[in-house]
Amino acid sequence: MSTYRKETVPIPVPSPITQPFWDATKEHRLLLQTCDSGHIFYYARSHCPNCLSSQLEWVEASGRGKLYSYTVAWREQSPDFAADVPYIIAAITLDEGPRMTSLLVETKPEDVEIDGAVELVWDDVSPEISMPYFRPVAKVGAA
Amino acid sequence: MTFRNKTAIAGIGETEFSKNSGRSTLHMACEAILAALADAGLQPNDIDGIIKMSANDDIQEIDLLRSLGLSNLRVFHDVPHGGGAACGTVTGAARAIAAGAADVIVCFRSLNERSERRFGYSKVGGGVGGYMAYNIPMGFVTPAQWVAMFGQRYLHDFGWTTEEFGHLAILIRKHASTNPHAMMYNREIDMEDYLNARWITEPLRLFDCTLDTDGACAVVVVSAEKAKQLKSQPAYIAGAAQGTGSRTQMMTSYQRPSISTLEEATATANEVYRIAELDPSRIDQANLYDHFTPMVLMTLESYGFAPRGKAPDLVRSGRLGLDGDLPLNPHGGHLGDGYLHGFSHILEGVRQIRGTANNQVKRSVKTTLATSGTGVPTSAIILSSEAY
Repeated sequence: MSTYRKETVPIPVPSPITQPFWDATKEHRLLLQTCDSGHIFYYARSHCPNCLSSQLEWVEASGRGKLYSYTVAWREQSPDFAADVPYIIAAITLDEGPRMTSLLVETKPEDVEIDGAVELVWDDVSPEISMPYFRPVAKVGAA
Repeated sequence: MTFRNKTAIAGIGETEFSKNSGRSTLHMACEAILAALADAGLQPNDIDGIIKMSANDDIQEIDLLRSLGLSNLRVFHDVPHGGGAACGTVTGAARAIAAGAADVIVCFRSLNERSERRFGYSKVGGGVGGYMAYNIPMGFVTPAQWVAMFGQRYLHDFGWTTEEFGHLAILIRKHASTNPHAMMYNREIDMEDYLNARWITEPLRLFDCTLDTDGACAVVVVSAEKAKQLKSQPAYIAGAAQGTGSRTQMMTSYQRPSISTLEEATATANEVYRIAELDPSRIDQANLYDHFTPMVLMTLESYGFAPRGKAPDLVRSGRLGLDGDLPLNPHGGHLGDGYLHGFSHILEGVRQIRGTANNQVKRSVKTTLATSGTGVPTSAIILSSEAY
């Protein structure tokens, strides 16, 4: 059951290309793709967006990054998430380079800092899929 | 050689804008199209082309063919990607007519976005595929939320606060307050109203957001030669362009290098100025797509009216008022007149050129710019009073 959300729909529907990514979430592994020229990218696709190579492999992300931007959803804009407001939607720049959208959890809107360090946490939203969310990295010396 | 000033908007038509039209989108489309034809002095069977916006439009070309008694379309297609398509329909019409593929093309937008299908409130349910599988399940479901992410980074990169969004909202609502057609007629706001309004999706408050609207707009595009023979004063299409950016999604293109600038708008600006053979200093009046305030700041920068990160200074300068040298959205835009997905901005440009707008600006208007949706593949047109 979800740790961070009242409802667990909607959930992602994997495609042939994204199936390995979502399968790995079940094992709490965040996968990126890399091509034979060493470009690293997210999200899952058939060709490298930098060099168009189709020789791709999956690599596990460190799960660390920085908050690039965010919005605090104060007003429900969908019945599917009405019970969750306010929640913080985030764009995370991963240490590996790619940027991904996620939720920022375990913090309050007034404490959010753009460019602040964040780390991966997992939310088991269904038997087949876990969602990758992020929380702020506790500052050294903080209470 | 380009199609600069080879074509013109010869007629415009629109319905009232409201929260509940009480009639179908097809009904309103026919009203707006017939009004535009009457304005031009043309008949339905003069139409040989229809170019429309595809997103969230339930009107098929065959519906219009039946309803308007047409049987001789030579050009018909949709332009994709939501509000980014508005000026793209007119761009397509100008290209087709300049190429000799059609003589009279109608472009339109008709919506019951308030009474039927709202953009600002979206039930998803079940599962989500495609790239939105990475967005929607995060509770990331509406354009306001998607755009808020751009706005937040803009504030951070350039050190502004949300009061700058407020100055823009107040300006455009001031214009709407004296336009009897506007949904926000007589409803001016001040900074206290702005700051006290509820958060929708921080950093966007209520007055940063457009109004889900019912209504319809239409234009008739013909050749410049034909326009001179018709009933109303032509607005020549000096420039018309479409543009895209990198790593493109629908308002969630966060994988590009920066989201405190609008790649699509910059690309479209360069192209529309190239075709019109003008630079920003030659634009007399601008109608910029204003579904959310932060995007208008970035649009002012993309189109060369302010340096990057400096649009708030321009908004505060007074130059964008009805008596300024670059009046912005005199009709009250999408924040105050109503949200017709970029189309009402095209009509306002024609009215300002003709001198017939409800809020006719003080300066003389020889050229106007209209821009379409931001954060998506987009489009723009420059209209001119003369076929220079």
